[in-house]
Parts: sequence; structure tokens; C-alpha cells
Amino acid sequence: MNWEAFWLTVRLAAIVSALLVTIGIPIAYWLTYSRWRWKFLVEAAVALPIVLPPTVLGFYMLIALGSRSPLGRWWESFTGHPLAFTFEGLVVGSLLYSLPFAVQPFAASFGAVDRQLLRAAASLGDSPLQAFRRVVLPLSKAGLVTGVALSFAHTLGEFGVVLMVGGNIPGVTRTISIDIYDQVQTANYSSANQTALLLLMISFIVLSIVYGLNRRPWAVGPWR
Amino acid sequence: MGGGSVAVKAKKKTKAETKPKTSGATPATAPASSYPISADLEVRIRKRFPNPEGTFNLNVHFRALAGFTILFGASGAGKTTLLDCIAGLTDPDEGRIFVGGEDLYDSEKKCNVAAWKRRIGYVHQDLGLFPHLTVEENVVYGLRALSAAERAARSRDILARFRIERMRDRRPAQISGGERQRVALARALVTEPRALLLDEPLAALDRPTKSSLVNDLRKWNQHYRVPILLVTHNGEEVFALGDEVIMLDTGRIVAQGQPHEVMRVPRLETVAQLSGFENIFDATVVGLHEDRGTMTCRLGTSQPKKDALELETPLVRAEVGSRLRVGVRAGDLLLATEKPRGLSARNILPGTIKNLQQRDVIVAAMVDCNGIEFEVHLTLAARDSLKLGDGKSVWLVAKTHSCHLLGV
Repeated sequence: MNWEAFWLTVRLAAIVSALLVTIGIPIAYWLTYSRWRWKFLVEAAVALPIVLPPTVLGFYMLIALGSRSPLGRWWESFTGHPLAFTFEGLVVGSLLYSLPFAVQPFAASFGAVDRQLLRAAASLGDSPLQAFRRVVLPLSKAGLVTGVALSFAHTLGEFGVVLMVGGNIPGVTRTISIDIYDQVQTANYSSANQTALLLLMISFIVLSIVYGLNRRPWAVGPWR
Repeated sequence: MGGGSVAVKAKKKTKAETKPKTSGATPATAPASSYPISADLEVRIRKRFPNPEGTFNLNVHFRALAGFTILFGASGAGKTTLLDCIAGLTDPDEGRIFVGGEDLYDSEKKCNVAAWKRRIGYVHQDLGLFPHLTVEENVVYGLRALSAAERAARSRDILARFRIERMRDRRPAQISGGERQRVALARALVTEPRALLLDEPLAALDRPTKSSLVNDLRKWNQHYRVPILLVTHNGEEVFALGDEVIMLDTGRIVAQGQPHEVMRVPRLETVAQLSGFENIFDATVVGLHEDRGTMTCRLGTSQPKKDALELETPLVRAEVGSRLRVGVRAGDLLLATEKPRGLSARNILPGTIKNLQQRDVIVAAMVDCNGIEFEVHLTLAARDSLKLGDGKSVWLVAKTHSCHLLGV
């Protein structure tokens, strides 16, 4: 059992899902309320990571983060080291990879809030952003929790993007799924079994929480 | 303005109207309590939008003074769209909306104050109570800018005024429809808006609840004196509430004035309207009594006879000699065996019972009054105690307001 890889993975998933809350909420807000006619293109782009093979996403991420790309150069001049094959690079890759798993539940729950409530809030003196904070966010708690949990679980189990962008550097970019792959490659089945079982259990628990939370309507539920 | 415009009407000078205006200087974001109390609302707007029947044209011009102004019209007349324009929730194509000395919208000046800066109270038809907040949290929602102490004081006051203190900690899902309506009204009123828009706030209520809520609203408005625009398609509410009525039809104002002036316009009878009246007669207007708010109609289409039957009915916009129909419900008519005296009802007609029929627990009596037959519904007990039978002479009594006028 490689605890170093385990904690690295948990750290990665926690950072990514926290960042996805801050990035995902504005994107979901825009997707829910924008009336731009080409909005569907953005929706499709956000959903891409769901259908793309992780290797394709990882390949483009590697190009985008590499020293030849503007982003890679900027990062290098800023920090003094390249973005690819680092933990930070892993975070950026995972953000994109898990983006739809946060944005889609967020947007679905924002969209489910009765527009009449927003009209009422406006008549009571709330700007659209204030109404969003005071009405939409509290009524979207289940969607927010779902988005965070799904992106956490999804990041926990990613393999292709991590391998392409991060490589397999112990303590830096070797995540739990790569560790399992390594163990199988070296015929270390019992260790692979332990790690795989742990990952399976964590994923099951997280998903159980998600489905448990969405079991009944929470709009008038026990949260205040 | 096109055909839908109506001359600005400002016949009732109120105290509020004579107050000095602030000539547009009131900042939209001023604290809710510091604005000059009351001022009238003037609306002159056009808006076109597609609807299932093609293009809908809203084209109105009116002025509402402090007090109740009823927006009356069938569904699809444009009432809610008009309120949305005033509240800033949708934009007109052109025109001007002016309240309390400030432009909220002026297409010429390219001025359009955002909905949340307008300080116009709006109670929507479906109320829009926040399901995640308690009654009290809902009520203080619009008081964010006030100090906690001020907020608490205002909330205490309005909760008491609308008799909803008991349920302050409950959520909207846990209170009754009438209570929810009170909460929605309280939530809008507590912000001390400079105009109030009510979109059928009483529609879902039973009669006692409705009238107590109306009383609460009236009391509130005696103090605050702001224009209140109330949408309804219920004629009774018009008389109960209205100081002034604006009748809307397919986006245009077809009449404006006091309820008895506007509402008594005969309308074409429909199957639904007919179904309620057992007695419908052709009639001719023979006299108008504007001072009393009534008129006299002669029944029957035949040539005027000397002793033709006449009924006193509510006044409608009609001329002497014009033809219309009078509908009276059988249950609204009374029978007496002696000529009644000291009665407020204005129509007391002699007649003879032609026929009595028992229908379940109701007795339907056909009464011939000088050649015109009325159907009267009685209880079994009334029939027995008056010893009614075929051929008996009776007096038929009808209140003026039981006589409904229908267009021909």
C-alpha cells in the first residue's frame, strides 16, 4: 500500500474540487442566465471532458502547458520551473478534466430555482448578484454538494490525463491510480488489490453521499 | 399615441398630490424611509411582443393617484405585462414611467432604472415567497440596508399588523394559503414602497379571508398613501376595493373611471354568464337616475303598454331608449303574500303563482307578473308557511343589484 501516492491523490482531489467551486459557480451562473445565442457552444465545450478519451485531453493539456506554449512560458517566467510534470500541472489538468462534473450539477440546480423568486428578490431591492447569493445559492445546496463530491471522486480516480500531464514522479505526480498500474506491471497483485479496494470504497462512499443527498427535495429540507 | 390612449384623468386631488415634488432629485438608492410620502404614478408605454395569437400590442396611458386603482380585464388583456413594465422586470418599447417625481423609464431620455432600484412593491400572483426562509426572514428580506434594530422593529410592527406573528418561525410550506398571502403582502409593504403593484393577490382566497386582508391593506394605505395598482378579473373585487378602475382589453384601456361608471357597461352575455340566470328578459331603458346610481328598465319587447312592467336596475352606461337584457337569478327573488312595506328593495311587483314544482329540496315557483313570467326558488318551509299554491296572489321582490344587465 503506497500511502504517499494515496495522500497525494487526496490532496489533489481536495484542491481541485475546492478550485472547481470558485471556477464552476461563475461558469454555471453564466450558463444558466446568459441569453447569448451561441451559449450552446460553451456548454458543449464544458462537457467535452466527459466524452473525450483522457489521453486526447492529456495530450492537448501537455501541449498547452509545455514550455513552447504561451501559458507554459508565462508559468516558467513566473515560477522558474515548467508546468508540465509538476503537481501544479496536475492540478490544472485535473481542473479541466473534472470541470463538467462540477459545472453541470451546479447549473442544473441554479436552473431549477423558480425564476419568480428572482423577480420577487429584484422587487425587494436585490441586484441580480445579491439575489443569486441570497436565493439561488441557498436553494442549490444539494447541487453544490453533488458537484463538489462528483469532481472529488472523479479526480480521485483519474488516470489518463494524470499520466500524460504529470508523468509518474513518486511524491510529485504519482497518483493512486498510476500506482495501481505500476503494481500490476510489476506483478505485485496483493498490493494492487489493497489499493484498488481502498479506491473502490472511497468512491462508493462519496457517490452514496451524493445519491443520499439527492434522494428527496432539499429546497425546503433541513438546511437553513 | 394611438387609439388606445386615454386622456389623463386627475379629477380627484388628494392631499398627497399637493405636496411639493422633488423634481427627480430623489436618489433611487435612498434609504426606504426617507422619501417624500406618496406621489402619483403616471404610465405611458407601448410594448409589442409575440404571443400565441400573433403580435400583442400593449399601448396604455394613465395616471394613478394615491389609493386603489383597479386594473380590470380578461386574462390576456395585458395586465401582468403592464405591471412588469412598471416594476422594471420587462422593458417597454417606448414611453415613460414616472412615479413620485422621478422617471423610472423614459425612452426619449434613454433612462431605465433597474428593477431593484425602483422601490416599487410587487406582489406576484404566485407570491414568490422564499421557501428556504422563515416567515420573518421573508418579511425582512427587503430591509437589508437597515440596522438590525430598525429591521426588528419594522418586522414586529408589520407582523402584528398582518396578524402573522404566531407563524414567524415557520416556512412558507408550513402555513395556509391565506397566511402566505399575508406574508407576501407584508414583505412588500414593510419596505415602504412608493407604489404597490398587486397581481391578483386575493384570487385564491375565500371570502372572509379576502375581506379581512382588504381591510388590512386599506388601513395600511390610510397611513402611507401610495398608488396601489391591483389586477383582478373579478368584478366583485372592483367594487370592494376600487377608488378608480382602469379597464384593459387586448392591451388597450377601454374605460377608466369610478367603479360604477366603468363596471356597469353592459357586456355581451356569454354562455357562462347565461347559465347563472334563470330569468332573462329583453328590456328598454326608460329612465336614468344618475344621482342614485340606478335606472329604470321596461321589460318586454312588445310595443310599450301603459302598464308595462318596469324594474329598477343598477346604472350602466346607456341612453334612454337603448335595448339590453336583464338577468335575475331565481334564488335572488323573494315572494310575499302581502304587499311588503318598509323594505329596502326597490322592485315590488304584484303577480300570480302559475305553477309550483318541487325539485329535490327546492321549490320552483313560476310567477306571472303582468304577462311576464319569473322563476323564483323557495325552500320547502317557505312554501308551507306561506301556504303557496297555484293561482295564489303574491308580491315579487327584487333588489336593484340583483338585476344584472347584459348586452344585447
